[in-house]
Amino acid sequence: MSAREDVLRRVRAALGDRGAGTTAAGKVGTAPAAVEVPRRYRESGDHDPGSPAVLEQLVDRLVDYRAHVRQVTAGELPAAVADVLAQAGSVVVPPGLDEAWLAAAGDVVVHRDTRDEPLSALDLDAIGAVLTAARVACSETGTIVLDGEPDQGRRAISLVPDVHVCVVRAEQVVQTVPEMVRRLASHPERPQTWISGPSATSDIELDRVEGVHGPRTLHVLLAP
Amino acid sequence: MSTFLGLPGLRRRGTGPDGVPAASADEPFGAVPHPQEPLRWGTSFPEAARETLKNEQLRRNLGHATATIRTKRAAVVDEVPDWEALRNTGSAVKEQVMAELPHLLAQLEENVTARGGVVHWARDAAEANRIVTEIAQAKGVDEVVKVKSMATQEIGLNEHLAEEGIAAIETDLAELIVQLADDMPSHILVPAIHRNRAEIRDIFLARMGDVPADLSDVPRELAMAARAHLRRKFLSARVAVSGANFGVADTGTLAVVESEGNGRMCLTLPETLVTVMGIEKLIPTYTDLEVFAQLLPRSSTGERMNPYTSLWTGVTPGDGPQEFHLVLLDNGRTDVLADEVGRSALHCIRCSACLNVCPVYERVGGHAYGSVYPGPIGAILTPQLTAASGGVSGADDVNASLPYASTLCGACYDVCPVKIDIPSILVDLRAREVDADRGRHRVDPWKAAMKAASWVMSDGGRFGLAGRAATLGHGLGGRDGVISKAPPPVSAWTRERDLPAPPDETFRQWWASRERAAERDARPAVGHQDGEGER
Repeated sequence: MSAREDVLRRVRAALGDRGAGTTAAGKVGTAPAAVEVPRRYRESGDHDPGSPAVLEQLVDRLVDYRAHVRQVTAGELPAAVADVLAQAGSVVVPPGLDEAWLAAAGDVVVHRDTRDEPLSALDLDAIGAVLTAARVACSETGTIVLDGEPDQGRRAISLVPDVHVCVVRAEQVVQTVPEMVRRLASHPERPQTWISGPSATSDIELDRVEGVHGPRTLHVLLAP
Repeated sequence: MSTFLGLPGLRRRGTGPDGVPAASADEPFGAVPHPQEPLRWGTSFPEAARETLKNEQLRRNLGHATATIRTKRAAVVDEVPDWEALRNTGSAVKEQVMAELPHLLAQLEENVTARGGVVHWARDAAEANRIVTEIAQAKGVDEVVKVKSMATQEIGLNEHLAEEGIAAIETDLAELIVQLADDMPSHILVPAIHRNRAEIRDIFLARMGDVPADLSDVPRELAMAARAHLRRKFLSARVAVSGANFGVADTGTLAVVESEGNGRMCLTLPETLVTVMGIEKLIPTYTDLEVFAQLLPRSSTGERMNPYTSLWTGVTPGDGPQEFHLVLLDNGRTDVLADEVGRSALHCIRCSACLNVCPVYERVGGHAYGSVYPGPIGAILTPQLTAASGGVSGADDVNASLPYASTLCGACYDVCPVKIDIPSILVDLRAREVDADRGRHRVDPWKAAMKAASWVMSDGGRFGLAGRAATLGHGLGGRDGVISKAPPPVSAWTRERDLPAPPDETFRQWWASRERAAERDARPAVGHQDGEGER
């Protein structure tokens, strides 16, 4: 009997299937009762996606995680991008990024990364920053999700450079986790990274320290 | 003092008799050598606890860390208005997973395979270790990077790989501390919770090899040292090994929840990824994540959300590992599933909230439990996972003592995000152990005492007489009315705790004298008291 058949047979025995032999300890279990799953939790928040209350909450949470947040108008965005990238010197961008965002960042060396022509991990390690869009954000938890679409790029580009600049649009910000997950559920197969602040650890005396292996600095630019 | 040679990942199991790790006296960090059985090592819980309780540094470290995390957890749980509703859903979803496990496992396998992943099945630790080793060997590597994973701890994967000449590099900060110190983990979430910052600095200085000599014990500086140490490993690793927090049956998506970014590094940069997942870690649908992504981070690190969660479904061409293997692990889980009461231990999402609130864990520490799963959840999971080898019923099995590692205070049940009734399972497992003992026909002082008590209590006269006899013990108490040393057989109790001295009169005596006094007092004042006073 293959391991697959054997494990599945044991599971059936554990759940009371008398024709399935016994588990490794020689047991036959009882059939569990049918389960009704109650769902009385909040499936959405009090505030609409992109509303001022939701944006305010997202800013509050991100600041709490020691991320840097700026609310900008569409017109201010290129200057804000140039500003946060100035120190990094170089930036990697995904193929589908809105080029207008880089319009004011003339002094910054721009590297382009695609799935077909990916930069190596060592290449990415030599680049100062990464600029991406986002897929959705959740204000209650201060979470931003990237799902690998062309304006966000491969997972590696938003991981290796030490500074992540992420542009989040107001309509992408929802209040609750269920609203966020349901937006993502239309494409669950996409590789996702949920980001809540810069990398951190609580491994030393359970005190939180920001900045470990992932980007140590996270800039969020909240645009309309 | 032993000299540290080579990579920590190449260290092997301790070679004490019968696989029991023998701590080496010249080990600078008081290491617990790696056991042959990660689910059964050391002495029985009472013996191990007696030893660890002597370690004041350990108690201070744990007291500080668990108090910190309890406060944080309470604050972020309090701000969720529908926390109880989420717990109810989480609990029911997990119950549903267990009931539909054969179907959900097949569904997960089908979806992972459809997206280019390879699914393997492992009956036990040896089989899982062999599968992972063969994949690493096929890739021709002598080193793999690892994301912190309880499943791979449970099967002793690192030790097995080391025996095959493959170094497993732990990349989670706490796991790295444990690995460098050649120690064993003592907590599910924070394996190095028993170490304070000064000890961690000493471990880094002695074992890391590439740290600045003036390294301080400031947590930020220690974290930066770990970053520098592991960076090169991440950028050049070809094979990574991870566990999984959730496996989504209806999409084939796997999730790893983490903080430092070491998980993202391992799950993204290497060409090959091997994930070892217990068969119980399934959730039925992608949208069920909306429940568990709220329950887990707040319960474990006390954060609204952990810094990073990675989700992947098979292989994504051009993004991340191009070869993905999923190893589905039984290793005793089906034995747990077969137990009508104990099966809910499989609902555990490994948040470790129960450890942080447990008065027993806080004092004895994780190593006393002799398993990679310590604390309240470990006390119900470890015996059941090792049931096939006597973990529940064996009188001489060290794991059979684990269900007694609790005061049954119930704090673990209160904080469990999926409402596992740990106290009830503990009581059930205790009964099971006692039942197994009953068949052994040996002289049982407990049984004898119970029989005697039942004879005394079944007759009022005998009971009164026994009570008056007991008051003779009143004189044994010290000034504080406590007996701290008594002759056998009562010494079995007073070795561990104090015994309150019996009062100088029994309840029956007190009641009788109270009645007599009341009659005396009532006589001259009839009609005036009018029921005033005691009601």
